[in-house]
Amino acid sequence: MDGSQVGPLNAAETEDYAQVVEEHFGGLIDADQRIEPRDAMPAAYRDTLVRQMAQHAHSEIIGMQPEGNWITRAPSLRRKAILMAKVQDEAGHGLYLYSAAETLGVDRSELLAKLHAGKQKYSSIFNYPTLTWADVGAIGWLVDGAAIMNQVPLCRCSYGPYARAMVRICKEESFHQRQGFEILWTLARGTEAQREMAQDAVDRWWWPSLMMFGPPDTGENVNGAATQSHTKQSMAWGIKRFANDDLRQKFVDMTVPQAEKLGLTLPDPDLRWSEERGHWDFGEIDWEEFWRVLGGDGPCNAQRLAHRRQAHEEGAWVREAAAAYAAKHAARGQGAA
Amino acid sequence: MTEAGSGAATAAGASRHAGRVDPLVVLGLADDALVYAQRLGEWLTRAPEIEEDMALGNIGLDLLGQARGLLTRVGELDGTGRDEDALAFWRDEREFRNVQLVERPRGDFAHEMARLLWFSAHRLERLRQEQQSPDEVVAGVAGKAVKEVAYHRDHATQWVLRLGDGTEESRARMQQALVDVAPYLPELTEDDPVGAPVAREYVEAVLAEAGLGAPPEPRWHARGGRTGIHSEAMGFLLAEMQHLHRTHPGASW
Repeated sequence: MDGSQVGPLNAAETEDYAQVVEEHFGGLIDADQRIEPRDAMPAAYRDTLVRQMAQHAHSEIIGMQPEGNWITRAPSLRRKAILMAKVQDEAGHGLYLYSAAETLGVDRSELLAKLHAGKQKYSSIFNYPTLTWADVGAIGWLVDGAAIMNQVPLCRCSYGPYARAMVRICKEESFHQRQGFEILWTLARGTEAQREMAQDAVDRWWWPSLMMFGPPDTGENVNGAATQSHTKQSMAWGIKRFANDDLRQKFVDMTVPQAEKLGLTLPDPDLRWSEERGHWDFGEIDWEEFWRVLGGDGPCNAQRLAHRRQAHEEGAWVREAAAAYAAKHAARGQGAA
Repeated sequence: MTEAGSGAATAAGASRHAGRVDPLVVLGLADDALVYAQRLGEWLTRAPEIEEDMALGNIGLDLLGQARGLLTRVGELDGTGRDEDALAFWRDEREFRNVQLVERPRGDFAHEMARLLWFSAHRLERLRQEQQSPDEVVAGVAGKAVKEVAYHRDHATQWVLRLGDGTEESRARMQQALVDVAPYLPELTEDDPVGAPVAREYVEAVLAEAGLGAPPEPRWHARGGRTGIHSEAMGFLLAEMQHLHRTHPGASW
């Protein structure tokens, strides 16, 4: 018996205390104030944030793979340097986000263990392969573009450490998005083969990028009901600020003119300007594909996780050595004192 | 001395004292950095912890930056007008002047730290001398690079200490890595008779502090990198690095 069956053991386990937390927390949320690690908060708020920040951190770490795939083959030394710096930035973003999650009392190794066990997710977009150099451009332009659209509102997220991490991350992501656009710009104005490479990449990444905003808010799909109540709660807590479909529309509206500037076509015959709505109409997203890839059956799900697990397992002896060394030296330090 | 690469060590010495710079010597410094950056780039997403993905990526980036500055200068000094990409992507294996140490395939983390420790200890001494190069560009690149490589050497030092004095496994792996790397050290030494003893003294002090034995003198050692003779690994490294660029001749990226 671990004591959890006994019922309240002290006053902080009673309804009275829960009421205090609710009032304090609710007051901050209502006043649109930041929640800080020292503030009492409902367990469900904490759990939601840990899950979301972990998933976000995991996405940065797994997201290093599809682009890292091109570091050794980058077509110029300048591009190689930019790409290495970008992948390195993503490792850094992963670290900020794990640190932000740690303010809620979990630790990085615990979260990584969940990722490796398939118990926590990362953004499904990284389960698509990078088949050509142009994919590095398309990821920067579309995937980072969609990510920023999702993340800018998080800079005003109710949880302080997450919001602050996002301010810095969005700034760097914005450089990444520009470099992606610039890669495609150069390819689109290059040789015929380069132009084809750019168009092919955009054809493959466009729809998965639109899926990055998550399922529609209408709840028409199998998991819709759960998604809807989730969204509603996150909005009430100030974690989420806009609905999925609204962000998706903003992204389409922002991206279509950019595609025109690039001289590349977005692979959607239904894409047209609606005077009436003042927005771009776009075609039906293949939600079956979205749920399939999310469920583990995308082209690279198994590969990405296996790569990540292998790096972790191959590094175990190094981490153990570092810990042993630190412990020995701490002990020696105490002995000397 | 007119024959290409007929003795890098003497060429290095001559370039420092005679008031003119041998482009092949600069090319050796550039290629060491370029080829090692290529290997370090392979670590991103494969390091033992995320901090190390960042650190190895950062070291690779520093070296790539050094390579770019030096390659650009080589294209001016040798009168061919080749830019950094022409030199990186359009030379064949025999035209690369790097030591074989840096082209060795990526091993475990202990092997990487053994390579990084020896490499950066030697490179730091070379760069310190190149700060006095009669060529202003080379001296300028060296001046910036000295600070970077001092950090690389320190990073490797910290890890060799941890691995040497960590667990039994890490100690055994570190010791084995030192043995495996030893045949590639004479190339570094011959290249810089002035700095090599200083570098060796530094590394031996680190090994002693880590409780690691100095590796036995190797019965075979690598040779020829500075004259364009490489190991089997080099062809694959270049194939991977150059293939995309060469598939689209004349294209801009």
